[in-house]
Amino acid sequence: MARFGMVIDTLRCVGCMDCVVACKTENEVPEGFCRDWITTEVRGKFPTLTTEIRSERCNHCDRPPCVTCCPTGASHVEDFGRLVLVDRELCIGCKACLASCPYDARFIHPEGYADKCTFCVHRVREGKDPACVAVCPTRCMHFGDLDDPRSEVAKLLASRRHHALLPEAGTRPRIHFLT
Amino acid sequence: MAILSRRRFLQVGSVAGAGAALAAARGPAWDRFLGPAAAGDRIETVPTYCDLCFWKCGAIATKKNGRLWKLEGNPEDPLSRGRLCPRGTGGVGAHFDPDRLTAPLVRGKRRGEEAWVEVTWDEALERVAQGLAAIAAEHGPEAVAFFSHGIGGNFLKHTFRAFGTPNFVAPSYAQCRGPRDIGFQLTFGEEVGTPERTDIANARCLVLIGSHLGENMHNSQVQEFAEAIGAGASLIVVDPRHSVAASKAKHYLPIKPGTDIALLLAWMNVLVAEELYDRELVASHGFGFDAFRAEVAPWTPEWAYPITTIDPATIRETAREMARHRPATLVHPGRHVTWYGDDAQRSRAVALLDALLGSWGRRGGFYYPSSVPVPKYGGYPDYPRAARGPVDNPGGRYPFADLGLTNGIREATLTGEPYPIKSWFVYATNLLQAMPNQEETIRAIQRLDLLVVVDTHPSEIAGWADVVLPECSYLERYDDLNTEPFREPFVSLRQPVVEPPTDQKPNWWIARELAVKLGLERYYPWREVEEYLEARLAGAGLSLAEMKRRGVFRGAPAPLYFDDGVPMEFPTPTGKIEFWSPQLAAAGFDPVPRFRPHEEPPPGYFRLLSGRAPVHTFARTQTNPILAEAMPENEVWVNADVARRLGLTAGARVRLRNQDGVVSAPVPVKATERIRTDCVYMVHGFGHTAPGLRRALGKGASDAQLMTRYAVDPLMGATGTNVNFVTFEEA
Repeated sequence: MARFGMVIDTLRCVGCMDCVVACKTENEVPEGFCRDWITTEVRGKFPTLTTEIRSERCNHCDRPPCVTCCPTGASHVEDFGRLVLVDRELCIGCKACLASCPYDARFIHPEGYADKCTFCVHRVREGKDPACVAVCPTRCMHFGDLDDPRSEVAKLLASRRHHALLPEAGTRPRIHFLT
Repeated sequence: MAILSRRRFLQVGSVAGAGAALAAARGPAWDRFLGPAAAGDRIETVPTYCDLCFWKCGAIATKKNGRLWKLEGNPEDPLSRGRLCPRGTGGVGAHFDPDRLTAPLVRGKRRGEEAWVEVTWDEALERVAQGLAAIAAEHGPEAVAFFSHGIGGNFLKHTFRAFGTPNFVAPSYAQCRGPRDIGFQLTFGEEVGTPERTDIANARCLVLIGSHLGENMHNSQVQEFAEAIGAGASLIVVDPRHSVAASKAKHYLPIKPGTDIALLLAWMNVLVAEELYDRELVASHGFGFDAFRAEVAPWTPEWAYPITTIDPATIRETAREMARHRPATLVHPGRHVTWYGDDAQRSRAVALLDALLGSWGRRGGFYYPSSVPVPKYGGYPDYPRAARGPVDNPGGRYPFADLGLTNGIREATLTGEPYPIKSWFVYATNLLQAMPNQEETIRAIQRLDLLVVVDTHPSEIAGWADVVLPECSYLERYDDLNTEPFREPFVSLRQPVVEPPTDQKPNWWIARELAVKLGLERYYPWREVEEYLEARLAGAGLSLAEMKRRGVFRGAPAPLYFDDGVPMEFPTPTGKIEFWSPQLAAAGFDPVPRFRPHEEPPPGYFRLLSGRAPVHTFARTQTNPILAEAMPENEVWVNADVARRLGLTAGARVRLRNQDGVVSAPVPVKATERIRTDCVYMVHGFGHTAPGLRRALGKGASDAQLMTRYAVDPLMGATGTNVNFVTFEEA
C-alpha cells in the first residue's frame, strides 16, 4: 500500500497563498480557519538575507501523536495511502489531538469535530493531486508515494537537499522541503 | 502525480454537459471524512475566463447543486495552463461577496455624502441619458469623458464612441504601464504589450528592476519565473526592498530608491567599454550607436556607486553575468513603472540595455506574440466625428503620449481648458485609489454636472457619483472575446456561470440600454450579446456553442523569434534600433537617457514605496471574503533598525503623515530586515473609506491617499508617485 507524502520546492515557492485559497474553496473550509498556510523564515541582516518560504499543513506523520492520543479512534491512519484522517462521526471535539500536534495543524470545525488537511483524499482517490498541489502556479509542490522509488517525490528526495519540520518531535513527518 | 489529463478533462466536460452526477461510487464510511461533495451531488462545470485582473486566464467553474463551488484553471488555456493564481482561485468570493452593489442608486443629497435612493434600472438609465443629452446640447458630446479598466469596458466604449466623445482614458496607462510602452517604442518601434511578451521561461539570466514577480501575480509570468528558477537561470534583482524575487536572486542589488537610471547607464557603460554587447546586431540594425557610446562613456560603475550605493565590483560583475548569457538575458521591463516622472526615459534605458544584449526577438528575451484573427463585429454604423479632439493633452504638450491621460482629463475638468468636461462616466476603476492626489480628483468631480459609476462594489469613486449602476460580477455575465496576442494564439470566452444575486446587470446590457435611451439604437443591431459573439466567432470560423463548451480555442502557433523566421524589422522612423534617438532630440529631450537626481526625503521622513500582494488586485478585492481572509489588511514595512530607533513595535499601529500633512489611517508596523533604512513600503489597495465596503473599511492604510505629489513624465504625461515622503505618528 502506498505511503503518500509531499515534497515542496522552497526555491520555486513564492508564498502566493494559492494553496491556501484553493484548499479553502475545494474543501469548503469555514471562514476563520485554514488547513494549510504559508510560513516565511528570514535570517540575516539587510541586505544579506536568506529566506525560506514554505507551504505547511498536516504532515500525515508516520508516528502521529494525534492518533495515539485520540480517545475515540476518530483520528486514525487510513489504509489508503497511510493518510491520517478524522472520522467526523466518532470525533467528540475533545481537542486532545490539537494539543498533541507539534505542527498546530488542527482546529475544531464549527460543527464540533477536529478538522485538518486530508491530502484531499477525495481527489486523490479519483487520481487527481490534492487541490493545493494542482493549483500551484510555481509547480513547487509534488504529491505521491514516498515508498515507490519510481515516484516523482521519491526521486526528488533522492536527488535534492531537503528537510522536514521538527524532526526532533519524533513524529516522522511526511512533508519534505527541498532547499 | 499528473495533472488532470486532457482526455479526462473532456470526459468531465461531457458529463457536466449532460448534467449528470460526477461523484464516483464510494463506500458510506468515506463520506464521514471525505470531502465536500457527497454521492448524489449534482456537479456541473462551465468554462469562462477570469476577471480578477487583466491577465484574463481561462478558468473552469465547478458548481455543486447549482451553487458555485470552485474555480480552477482551464488546462486548454495558454495563459493559466490549468492553474489560476490565488486571486483567480479566490474569485469564488467575487460572487458571494456580501458587500456588492445590489440595485441602481441615485444620489439623495450632496456629492460625497453617501445618501442614496434605490431606483429601477429604467429610472437610473433615464436619468443618465437625460443628463448626458443635456450636457451634449449645451457643451457638445465631447464634454463627456469615459474612464475604464479592463475588457468589460468594451461595449460601453462603443456606446460613447457612438455618442460622439473622443475622450477615453484608463489609469492603466498614465498611472501604470504607459512609460514602459513609450520607452520601448522609442527604441524598438514596438511595445511590450499585455500580456508582456517576455520569454521568462527560456531566460538564462533574468534581471528584475523593482519588479516583484511572485508578489505581483501575473499568472503566466509567475509560472515562467518559477520555471526559470527551476532551470537554474541566473537572477539579478534590483530593489530597495528584499522582495520575494530578491530572496531567490543570485545577485541582490539593494539600490537607493530613484537611482535606477544611474545603474542602467553604468551597466551599459560596462557592456560598451568591455565590448560585451551584441556587436553584430548593433552594426546591422543599430542607429546612432557612436553617439550613444560617447554618451554612456562617462557613466562608469565608479560614477554610479555614490548615487546608487551599489559597489562598482557588483555592477561590473552583474553586467558581465548578463553578457555571458546573452541573448537569453531578459532585463524585464516591469509593468507598474510610474515612479519618478522620468519613467519613459528609465524604460528606454531598460530597452537600450536589452538592445545591447540582443534579447529582442530572441529566445529567452522578448518573443513575437500572435493572436487568432477574430474580425471586429461588422454590423456597426460609422461613429460620428467628434467636433473637437481629445481634451487630455492640449497642443501635444506630452509629445509621445499615444493614449488618453486620466490626469489630463482631470486637469481639463478643473480648468475648463481647452474645453469644459461636464461628465465622467466611470467603468470598473476606483479613481480615488488609482490616481494620485485625491483632493484634485474630488475638486474636479465637484465641477461635473454628472458623474456615473458602473461597478460591482460601492467603491470610493461610487460614493461621489450621481448615479451608480451595479454590474454583474464576471461570473454572471458575457464579455467580449479575449484575443490578446500571446506566446500561443488563442481566443477565449467569458460566459455566465451563475445568476447574479439580485438586480445587477452585465455591462453589455447597460451599454445597449443606455444607447437606446440616447437614441443610438442603430449602433446596436444585435439585441442579445450572444448574437454579437456568434457573429465575431463566425468570422474566425468558430461557433459560440463550441466556445461555450471549451472556453478556449488555440490557433496555430506562429514563429516566436528571429531565428524561427520572424523578420528582423524595427518600425522606428529610422527602421533601426534607435540607440541615439532622433525623435527625442527633435522634441527637445535627451536622445540617450541621462540620470538626474530626485529630491531626497527631509530628515525624519522616508520615501513611500508601494507594490502588490499576490492575493489582491489594486483596490478591487479587499471585500472578497476569501481573499480578505488571506490578507485582511496591509502593513507598513519599516527597516528593523529604524523601527528600533523610532520606538516602533512590530505589529503596533501607527499613522503615516506625508510631506503635505496628509495623515493615513492606522496601519500595523512590519519591522523587518527586508527593506532599506531610507524608505518604507506598503501594499497598494487598502485603507478603504467607503462605508459600503464593510469588510475592508478601516483595514490598513491607503498609499494613494498619501500620494499627494506626483511627478509628470514630460515625454508622455504619466504620473510618477514614488516622490512622496512620510513620517510616523501615533495611531
